[in-house]
Order: sequence, then C-alpha cells, then structure tokens
Amino acid sequence: MTITTTAPANRAALLVLADGRFPAGGHAHSGGAEAAVAAGRLYDATSLEAFCRGRLDTAGLVAAALAAAAAAGVDPLLLDEAADARTPSPALRATARKLGRQMMRAARACWPSPVLDALAAARPRGAHQPVVLGVTASAAGLGPLDAAHAAAYEAVSGPATAAVRLLSLDPFDATAVLARLAPDLDRVAQQAVDSARLALDSDVDALPAASAPLLEIAAERHAAWPVRLFAS
Amino acid sequence: MHLDHPETYPQRYSHPSPATALSGKHPAPTSSSAPTVRPDGTRRALRIGLGGPVGSGKTATVAAICRQLRDELSIAVVTNDIYTREDAEFLLRNAVLPAERITAVETGACPHTAIRDDISANLEAVEDLEETVGPLDLVLVESGGDNLTATFSKGLVDAQIFVIDVAGGDKIPRKGGPGVSTADLLVVNKTDLAPLVGADLGVMARDARTQRGELPVAFTSLTEPDGIAPVIGWVRERLAGWTAAAA
Repeated sequence: MTITTTAPANRAALLVLADGRFPAGGHAHSGGAEAAVAAGRLYDATSLEAFCRGRLDTAGLVAAALAAAAAAGVDPLLLDEAADARTPSPALRATARKLGRQMMRAARACWPSPVLDALAAARPRGAHQPVVLGVTASAAGLGPLDAAHAAAYEAVSGPATAAVRLLSLDPFDATAVLARLAPDLDRVAQQAVDSARLALDSDVDALPAASAPLLEIAAERHAAWPVRLFAS
Repeated sequence: MHLDHPETYPQRYSHPSPATALSGKHPAPTSSSAPTVRPDGTRRALRIGLGGPVGSGKTATVAAICRQLRDELSIAVVTNDIYTREDAEFLLRNAVLPAERITAVETGACPHTAIRDDISANLEAVEDLEETVGPLDLVLVESGGDNLTATFSKGLVDAQIFVIDVAGGDKIPRKGGPGVSTADLLVVNKTDLAPLVGADLGVMARDARTQRGELPVAFTSLTEPDGIAPVIGWVRERLAGWTAAAA
C-alpha cells in the first residue's frame, strides 16, 4: 500500500482561512436562512439540505468563481463590478461589501500583502466579500481552487450554523448535512475554477451568473424587518 | 453608594512593563491592542465597553453617562442588541444623543461573539462613527445582554464596565465569572431595590472584593438624582488617563 505524502501547498493556511471562527463577521449572517425559517421554507435538517443545495449551486457557485478568479489574478476591481452585476438585491450588495470590509481587516492582520493594501485603498468601504476572499487566498499562498472551496463552503456553512441557532436544530444533524454536501462542494469549486480560467483568458463575462431569485427577494424583505437576529 | 477606590488600577491581564514595574507606576491606562491613532493621524476616542446580564441596566447606565457628559464631551454609542435596535431605539427615544451618534450592530444570536471572538463589525461601527461625526472623545460600546462569562476583547475597547443589579440576586458577585472578576469597573445597579428583594449590599461588596481584589466596585441607583455619579467619576479618571497618555 502506498501513502500519498504530498499535500497541496499551504493546506494549513486554507484551514485557517476557511475556519468558521475566522474573525471576519460571518457569524452575524445567516445566508438567507433566517428569512427562509420565517417563511416556513426551512424547518428541519431535510429542508436545510435543500436550502443549502439551492444556495450552493447559485450564490455559492458565483461566489466561488469570483474568489477563484481573484486568486488567479483577475483584476479585483473588475471582479467587484462583476459581483455587483450578479447581485440584484441592493441589501445583498451592501451585505457583501460589509463582509468584504470585515474580511479585509482580518486578512491584512493575518497575511499582510501589498495586493490586499491596494484593494483596501481602492474600496475603503469594502469590496464584495468573495473578491476579498480570493485576494486573501493568494496573499496566504493559496490557489484558485482553495479560494473556490473556501467560498463554496462558506455559502452553506453559514446557513447551517444559523439554522442550529434559529431552529434549535440538532447540531449533529446540521453538520451531517454539510458532510453530505461535500462532494457537491468539490464539484462546484472545480466548476468555479474552470470558469475563472476562462475569465483569465477572456474577461469576467465568462464567470457564472447563476441567481436564486427567492434568496434575493427574501433578503430585501429581511433587511426591512424591524427585529431580527441576523444581519442578513 | 460608594466608589471603592479613587485611583486607576492596572488593566486586567495586562502586566506592567519592566520599566513601570521598577518605577512602581501603573501602566498606561489602556490595555487595548487597537491602534490609538486614526488613519488621518489624530488620536482616536477612548472606547469603553459595557457588558452584563439582561435587564441589569446597561442601557440605562449608557443613557445616564451620555446625559451627564454630552455637553462637555463628544460622545457616540454602539449597541449590540440580541434583537436588533431595541437598545439603540431606547437611547433615541430618550434623546440622550442625536441619532447620527448611535449605531446598532447585529450579532447573529451571539452577543458575546461580537464583542470578543469576532469584533470586526463593532470595530467598523466605531470607526465609522469617528469618521462621520468625529472627532470623538468617548465611544461607549454596549453589549447585548448576556451571561456572566461575557467580556470585551482588548482589540475593541480600552476598558470595560460590567453591570449587574441587586434584583438579580446578591449571590452574583460570589458566583464570579470573567465579567464580575476582571471588568475594570463592576457596577452593582438598582441599590434602591435591595430592601425589596432582600439583597444584602454588604455581602455583595464583600464577595466582589474577594473576586476582584483591588479592582473598583460602584453601587448605583439610577432612579436617584445623580445616581450615576460614581460611574461618572470612574469614566473621568479613564478619560484623564487617556488624554495624559497622548501628551
């Protein structure tokens, strides 16, 4: 029996970046789960899985592709505009920039880099979070596939954590949902990298523009709630 | 009501540098790791966190501090409600500060995370306030009502006040926990209710001393005229230390 001893470069840095405790503000966001719970669409582990699958193949794929392209060296400011174009809801655009700014703060503390400084200077109010994530990944010595994995995982881990808090869902059930999604996360990450490669060779229009209208509409309504637990 | 010790004590978990230890002086009155200079080169405001259990009077304490000091200082407040905006709206309704000086941060059902483990949203709120209404002298960061283990990160605030109340039971100081034992100031609020709930203020003071050593304790009754005075005295000391450190 042979044991593979070579790991992708800087694998441990990916663990740091993708850790749910990475202090970049994600804990206060439900990724649409709070609105879905209130609407009765998310109520148990099965519906959580369906919600996560839907989010992964839409918002998750777009985020992963943006992150991968940023890590691959596509101009982050062009990607930031591409992210705007792919986010119809003003509330979600504001959320993405807010989280991008928070990610930037953590990123510059962890992996100081002129690329991060330049993006922070160009977008002092925050660039879209997946773009910042991708630039962060490259500052951490990670590649496009790593960035895509981190973005894709975040797209489903946020709602799963929120569902545990909102529904008192069994945390083992919620985490099992994430484990079942792992092959799909790998698939989406690969898909994201393929499109990032196209974007690098042509332009950002090559990136996916998958959209989940219900997530966008619900986010607008959620942002107007007078009382809520999560920021989005 | 009394303020245990008039002088400023060393911050929790901060150790005097060899130089200050040798000279016998207290370290500078800040333990925050946050940069003290803003991007434009000016010194940022002193940041004080207020934590404590639900209903102990954190918001009332914030309101009283603002009313007392707003005419002489430029103040802003960040609230971290469990349910968004309730505390911010209380402050607005009572008009303790103009609306542009109050920001609410959402905490995703985990108020302690937002003040300790992941402070990024709060830091942004503080910095945005300094940018939009600044320059500021004092920023109060009020945590959402939480449990006895909630404390503020040194990356967010320079000093923290932990607010408990006599109606929560006179055994709270004995129970301790990081908030009670390490906060820079422990406020025991609602002393006027002590006879009604059978709380023994002497026991609370003794237990607090056991938990906190030399760290100060203030007993307050905000329903009395100038009931906030002991806290104001402590805040003024902190401000003086903050200003002196800049000089």
